[in-house]
Parts: sequence; structure tokens; C-alpha cells
Amino acid sequence: MISLDLIESTANELMRKAAVEIPRDYLTALQQITTEEEAGLSCFVLETMLENYEAAETDGRPMCGDTGCPRWYVKFGNESRVEGGGVGLETSLRRATADATHNIPLRPNRVHPLSRADHNNNVGIGAPEIEYGFEPEGEWIDLTTVHKGGLFGTDYRMLFPSDGISGIRRFFLDSLAAFGKRGLACQPAIIGIGLGGSKDACMVLGKRAACLRTVGDRNPDPKIAELEDELKELGNSIGMGPMGFVGKSMVVDCNIEVGYCHTGGMQMSIHAFCLSSRRATARLYPDGRVEYRTDPQWFTPYQRRETVEWLSSPQEKSA
Amino acid sequence: MAKQSPRKIRLSTQPSEDELRALQLGDVVYLHGSVYTAREGAYIRTIEEGQPLPLNLPAESAANFHCSPAASINDDGSINMGAVTATASFRFSKWLDQWFKLSGAKLILGKGGMTSNDYRRDFVPNGAIYLTTVGYGTGALLGRGVKQVRDVFWADDLGLAQAIWLIDVEEFGPFIVESDFEGNSLFERENARVAESLMRAYEGTKPAVLKRFGETDDRTDELI
Repeated sequence: MISLDLIESTANELMRKAAVEIPRDYLTALQQITTEEEAGLSCFVLETMLENYEAAETDGRPMCGDTGCPRWYVKFGNESRVEGGGVGLETSLRRATADATHNIPLRPNRVHPLSRADHNNNVGIGAPEIEYGFEPEGEWIDLTTVHKGGLFGTDYRMLFPSDGISGIRRFFLDSLAAFGKRGLACQPAIIGIGLGGSKDACMVLGKRAACLRTVGDRNPDPKIAELEDELKELGNSIGMGPMGFVGKSMVVDCNIEVGYCHTGGMQMSIHAFCLSSRRATARLYPDGRVEYRTDPQWFTPYQRRETVEWLSSPQEKSA
Repeated sequence: MAKQSPRKIRLSTQPSEDELRALQLGDVVYLHGSVYTAREGAYIRTIEEGQPLPLNLPAESAANFHCSPAASINDDGSINMGAVTATASFRFSKWLDQWFKLSGAKLILGKGGMTSNDYRRDFVPNGAIYLTTVGYGTGALLGRGVKQVRDVFWADDLGLAQAIWLIDVEEFGPFIVESDFEGNSLFERENARVAESLMRAYEGTKPAVLKRFGETDDRTDELI
């Protein structure tokens, strides 16, 4: 059994790590991009960002003042048990979100959409989002927090098979052009793309592709991996850099996830995870051990499973 | 293109007209003095609802920051402020002319600027310019420039994010000069320079088979 005390204290620490420490995979990639950027203003912006990460870690303060919208991804090893069950877990994550928002402090971004009421703690109706996944083995749970920005860089479009790869390319460019100007997407960004599913599933896939995979990681399907490489290169060829200034630093990486969709459609969503790509993960064990990491390791073969053991006709089943 | 370091300038939050006139697009600015945050919550309350300003402007400061800080107020009234970062300004343009007249602001600090139409209509007649934050997301560097939180107004009813925070700053930056005294926009200049290569990237693609209402097919257009 994993105790609620352990969950709450770990969740508080994850909130701090996500807000303050830029993940190494993103940092290493940005350092590389900075050496390759040639345009003056774009270089200045990238160098300033690298200084900012250092300042954040040295001072223990959030790297960005817009600390995003905290959310949680929880993954259960199939044999795991949590004290207080699902309700206990959710209460602990909500309390940790409120405590960390006040103590770090984070910006209390979450308000009621109509009354604009702000609890000053990033907790409210449906906030933070808590999403779940499972793995076939293990007594552990993985807690991942992501504090993604909440306003710009995300879009959805219903494409059709006749739009083809060229349609994907064009919507990708449209989104970069729409949100890249003036740097509204806070690029260079990790661009996550969801293809297929239904509209809601497509948005979820794209967001997870942006937030739950690391820079340099490739989809195991070679065709999809090829498209990831192609779109990354395309995004960096539009002549735009950070803040929409002239440059070539737009896309740190492009991650694509797919889901089966209606035979007539090819849904596409796009999400930009920004210069403050805030994510942190911990694995919690029943004996109280906690292992921190920055790779959520969300997309396992089990998460991408394609089918189920199944026989198509009763004759085969009885045979 | 050769790597060029931008010009760095130290500027008061109560700048003179000459100091503002001397700024060029792309200059890097560090501020000293006091700045205050004000965004839609404060604009609606003062301009639309007619409530008086809770602080003496521009005597306290002529620098309006479009920002919600990452901050909290303890039960004893003490304040923690860690990082500060701007929010996108284009959404606030409809209030700005009246805000300039009410507050006497000379500097608008924010994310992403506004259009040159906004600058010529609202900023130039009021002798103001726009400074954009960098990155975006240099919250930790900007946080280092905050010397103290002098006061916070309307936190109880507007919430911490929309409250007016008055903060004393030193070496507060970096910011980049986005609009000059004539109302030119750095972002629009850069958009024009990017346009050609952006259009080239579209070669070989076709419009989606299902169109959407209200779309533009001109990729040099801005959507703000």
C-alpha cells in the first residue's frame, strides 16, 4: 500500500521541481540550438533564456512567472494499491497543488470561466486535471506533473484522408505561423501532434505527445518517426525564431502520437510546449522509496497497444 | 546574418520625453524605479466601472506591467514573490487610450506587443512606448530585479492574478524596445522579413478540403 502522506509530500516536491528546474533533455537541446542560431535578436533571446534557467535553479524560484496550469498524470502498476483509494489520491494531489502554489509560490492561474473567481491556489472545478494510465506489472505508481501554459499554441482541425500528408504539413505550418508571430507560443517549443482518435482523444494525444515525451525521443513506428523528423525540419525552415524574430529556432522537437479514427477522417491537433517545458515525474513504491526523473515514460508499448487477443468468428473460438 | 549584440540601456520608470525618443527598435532596456501591474481586472474596474485608482499615478510610477506575478500573501500579510512574467498585451488594446489619460503611463511592459495601428492611435498621442519581455519566460531574471513589493491593491476581490501590485525594481529586465516614439513595431518589421521564407515552406501544399469560416489564406496576416 502506498501511503497518502508519501503521495502528498512527493507531489509537493514534483510541483517545485517542475516549476524551477528545466528538464535536461530540453536544456541540452536549447544549448545546441543556441550555438546554431545565427540571427542577432534570436541569439540574444536564446542566451537570455539560458541565463534565466540558471537564475531559477540558483535562486530556487520559478523559471517563468506564468507558471502554467498544473495538471497530473497518474500511472498505476497493475498490482499497486493506494491508501484511501482513488478519492484519497485525488484529494492528496489537489491539496499538494494548493500548498505548492502558495509556498513556492506559483501564479494562481486558475479561475472560474464566468465569475472569474480565483481561489488563489490553482484548485477549482476540474482543476488540476488528473488523468490515469495503467501498466501490466508493478506495485508502484508514477506521478507526473505538467505545468503547461494555457493560452496560445494549440489548435485542432478535422482533416480527411484526401488532405493527405500535405494537409498535415499545411496545418502544422498554419499553427506555427498563427502562434509563432510575436512568439505567442513561447518557442522554440516541443510541438506535440495528435493524429486520429475522436476530437477529444485527438487533443489528448497531441497534448501528451508534447508534454509526456522527451526531446530526441522517436515514435517506434518508423513511418511516424520519419514524419516527426520531416515536420521538425519544416518548422525550422520558415525563417522564424524565438519571439517571431528572424531566425531558425522554432521547433525543439516534434512528437506525434496516433489513435484509430473514423474511416472517413484524419483528425489533427497541435500543441506547443514552451521555453519553460515544466514536467517532473516520480515513481513511488509501497516501501516508501521515491525515484525522481524528468522523463514521464508514459508512452510504453502497452499505452500504444494496437489490438486485443480476439477471434473473429464463433467457429474459430470453438475450434 | 552576422551575430550582433543589441544596445543595452538603463531607463527610469519615470522616463523623460527625450529618453523615450532616443530608444530604437530592438534596444535592450533595464528599468529602475517602480512598476505596477494592471491588466483587464484593473482596466474594467477603473475605466468601465469608474472606480478611482487605488494609488497615485503617475507619481508612483509611469510603467504599467501586463503581468500577474507568481506570488502569495501569508495570513500575517507578508508577501512572497518569486518570478514575474508578462502576459500577452494585444487583448488589452481597447482600454489603453483611456488608461493612458487616467494613469499618465509612459511605458507599457508586456508580452508580444500590440499592432502599429494601436501604437499610432493610442501610444504616440500619449507619448508612450511599448517594451516587450524576452523569451518569453525570463521570470527568474525579472524576479531578481524586484527589490520589494511596496503594496498590493484589490487582491481580496480581484484575486492575486488580477490585483494591482506596486513593486520597486532595480536592473529590472531585460526588455526589448518593441515600439518607438513614432509608433513603429519591431514585431511587424520582423514579420515582414520572415514572410518570404514562410511562404516558401507552404509550396506544394493545398488548402484543406473542408474550409473554416473567417479564415485568411494570407500567411503574412497577423491574427491578433
